[in-house]
Amino acid sequence: MTIGLDQYIAVSSMLFAIGFFGVLLRKNTLVIYMSLELMLNAANLALIAFSRYHETVGGNLFVFFVISVAAAEVAVGLAIIVALFRKKQTVQVEELNALNN
Amino acid sequence: MTDLFFYIFSAVALISAFTVVFSRNTVNAAMALIVTFLSMASLFVLLEAYFLAVVQVLVYAGAVVVLFLFIVMLLDAKEDKQKKISRISTAAAVIGFAILVMGVVAIQSSPTLAEASGGELAASQMTLKTFGNQLFTTYLLPMQVTGFLLLIAMVGVIVISKKAKQPQS
Repeated sequence: MTIGLDQYIAVSSMLFAIGFFGVLLRKNTLVIYMSLELMLNAANLALIAFSRYHETVGGNLFVFFVISVAAAEVAVGLAIIVALFRKKQTVQVEELNALNN
Repeated sequence: MTDLFFYIFSAVALISAFTVVFSRNTVNAAMALIVTFLSMASLFVLLEAYFLAVVQVLVYAGAVVVLFLFIVMLLDAKEDKQKKISRISTAAAVIGFAILVMGVVAIQSSPTLAEASGGELAASQMTLKTFGNQLFTTYLLPMQVTGFLLLIAMVGVIVISKKAKQPQS
């Protein structure tokens, strides 16, 4: 079987599904964040595969922007996690329920 | 040969992604994340997106994972014994997975896609020169907005992680 767009889409969707399970099932904020990164990366793979097989440059450029936004997002998110840890001394999501009163 | 590489790298990416999600130890998860990002970069190379493969290695496997490891070490997160998973989360995961599968099947059975992936590929236009050219002509505004976003993120991180000042009285 020769490798085409279908195979790349399949791999990308499997990676996305794994990240999705991580976000839903794990309780550790850091691991949830890593799973989010996995999902972003899976979307990047799909974009690059589409861009390659349609021979357009747009998908690749979009991935470039996604990567830079993801880098900014990681920096801000981890700063928020550190600030939360300073306040509550935990990174477990079920203990971070300050808005649930 | 390329097919073999595709199978190897996607298998490595999937297995290490599994390790990220289901590993008890957060440091191990971050290490597996590096492996995932590197094999994704290899897949980008197979897709002839060489520049993005390099950016992936630099930004993700370099900066992002190092930042993660810093925070993991800093917070000294104990190995979490996973509490039992709530039923609603499991149901949501299963339903979301089903929707994802349906979406992928719908994409793969669409006629335009079959048309696109059918023929042998022409010589790719995706050189670094066209990439840069497009980036600074057609996509100039998104480029500038991204730069501004990075500035905002930097300022935001500094503000968030600064110790709250004691009110002076």
